[in-house]
Amino acid sequence: MKVLVPVKRVVDYNVKVRPKSDGSDADLANLKMSINPFCEIAVEEAVRLKEQGIVSEIVAVSIGVQQAQEQLRTALALGADRAILIATDVAIEPLAIAKCLKAVCDNEKPDIVLLGKQAIDGDNNQTGQMLGALTGFPQATFASELTLSADGATVKREVDGGLQTLSLTLPAIVTTDLRLNEPRYASLPNIMKAKRKPLDSTTPEELGVDATPRTSLLNVRLPAERQAGIVVEDVSALVDKLKNEAKVIS
Amino acid sequence: MSTLIIAEHDNASLKAATLNSVAAAQAIGGDIDILVAGSDCQAVAEQAAQIAGIARVRVADNAAYANALAENVAPLIVEIAGDYSHILGTATTTAKNILPRVAALLDVQAISDISAVISGDTFERPVYAGSMIATVQSSDAIKVITVRGTAFDAAASDGGSAAIEAIGSAHDAGSSSFVGEEVAASDRPELTAAKTVVSGGRALGSEEQFSMIYQLADHMGAAVGASRAAVDAGYAPNDMQVGQTGKIVAPDLYMAIGISGAIQHLAGMKDSKVIVAINKDEEAPILSVADYGLVADLFVALPELEAAL
Ligand SMILES: Cc1cc2nc3c(=O)[nH]c(=O)nc-3n(C[C@H](O)[C@H](O)[C@H](O)COP(=O)(O)OP(=O)(O)OC[C@H]3O[C@@H](n4cnc5c(N)ncnc54)[C@H](O)[C@@H]3O)c2cc1C
Ligand SMILES: Nc1ncnc2c1ncn2[C@@H]1O[C@H](COP(=O)(O)O)[C@@H](O)[C@H]1O
Repeated sequence: MKVLVPVKRVVDYNVKVRPKSDGSDADLANLKMSINPFCEIAVEEAVRLKEQGIVSEIVAVSIGVQQAQEQLRTALALGADRAILIATDVAIEPLAIAKCLKAVCDNEKPDIVLLGKQAIDGDNNQTGQMLGALTGFPQATFASELTLSADGATVKREVDGGLQTLSLTLPAIVTTDLRLNEPRYASLPNIMKAKRKPLDSTTPEELGVDATPRTSLLNVRLPAERQAGIVVEDVSALVDKLKNEAKVIS
Repeated sequence: MSTLIIAEHDNASLKAATLNSVAAAQAIGGDIDILVAGSDCQAVAEQAAQIAGIARVRVADNAAYANALAENVAPLIVEIAGDYSHILGTATTTAKNILPRVAALLDVQAISDISAVISGDTFERPVYAGSMIATVQSSDAIKVITVRGTAFDAAASDGGSAAIEAIGSAHDAGSSSFVGEEVAASDRPELTAAKTVVSGGRALGSEEQFSMIYQLADHMGAAVGASRAAVDAGYAPNDMQVGQTGKIVAPDLYMAIGISGAIQHLAGMKDSKVIVAINKDEEAPILSVADYGLVADLFVALPELEAAL
């Protein structure tokens, strides 16, 4: 079976992002960039399926600036077999990303597409579901357990009330939640090997995708600051404050 | 303008989360309809019809919609989408699963997790784990939106008498099926709707010791939350995770016990009215957002607190 794993280049999750001084967008200058954590989990899951002999080929794909090659090399070092960069310099929305991925699906004919549930920059949580719509594939979002066989996929999903299990026909879309697995670190030999693995490059235009944005970002600002609180002496002072000052307990 | 709201329900009763989307729709303006897609869900439709200010409740009652499978519900919504300028759902795991699929079928860019309505086409939403608020304007003819529940006060659940209309068509893609679910049964208040939330972090140290959080919560009539670290370590189930990638809560009182206050956790609780943090490290970031911080060992403080309440 063949797996497609879309990975996004995002600001590292440890970095605090602030608006540009003119408030036009987030200021990403000189910030550490990484592979989106949920995409890393998707790559790890694909690699485990390959180690189990269920999957024979893993193709990583990223849409974004040339530097997204770094994240594709990371995916290759973790165990992907080859990679595709869909290069664009303009900010691109989930709908257009899903259209690019649909074009890749048409060419590559994967049995399963493993995406992150959400990219931690825009926090959109849309792309997998949109790709499901465009391809007509069934979807299981927020996966915490995946069982794959030639007959289909069985997926445990993290939902608000607890856990839900779905069964899907193939080809299918699965988006990863945090507890699906714990990603490994790339070893030095694998990082070296990854440099020789194939990385193809194309563009949204070459794939026939119109990536014209449908939304415009008017501004970004910091959220309202909370007023500084106080440190209380002990438990009885805390209870007193909650009763008599905040009046949130009686 | 006219808005369609996707009802959140379990086929037996309407979930309160639906009312937050009603409030967002009222802020947008225009007629508001509610879609109840389910199986044997007439009772839900009747409840939805009582919400004040609803024009119509449209019910699609069919076995294909029993478990809100996106492959089946999305084409149903698309079928009636032409009647609306806005399609809204509160950002639960159900709406987050279905609405982007709807948007792509309609060839529109969805807008996730709005926290304010500026106008019919312009909305605010948190990005980068709530580090910033973005204002976005949509040029699409139909706006497909999920609504951050904590950002909109629930609309009144009664006082209305909307007409109920049936939708006959059934969409059954046949590509996905429901196998089962493990739903935590609990007498505690629902996490996203509770007035008080007591949350525990990694510092609780074990599943057994995490029961101290349940004890305090029960004593206070509170819901229980957890940090990701506590969930990952198996001290608490996943549906209790509060944060960027868990649940968003904004209770009157949020108590963070043994939680450091990583930005991903703050993203889920920093709009709470009053925040209390108990942490033994006076440098813990949670203390900078807490109204009342107590620098103490939780294993000493919690029994004292329970006794004092
Ligand atoms: C993509 C991504 C998404 C994430 N999403 C979320 C999310 O949605 N929600 C979330 O919570 N996290 C999330 N995280 C994880 C987050 O970054 C933190 O790792 C996590 O919140 C830490 O949990 P914690 O505060 O319980 O643990 P720690 O950071 O280990 O903090 C434990 C705290 O307990 C204190 N302590 C220890 N012993 C005691 C004691 N005896 N008494 C009192 N205090 C004590 C310590 O001083 C410390 O401050 C995410 C991470 C990533 C990468
Ligand atoms: N630019 C991109 N390139 C590759 N994959 C992406 C891109 N944007 C989003 N994705 C995939 O879609 C998932 C969800 O992203 P989002 O819908 O933006 O929250 C990510 O975890 C990726 O797997």
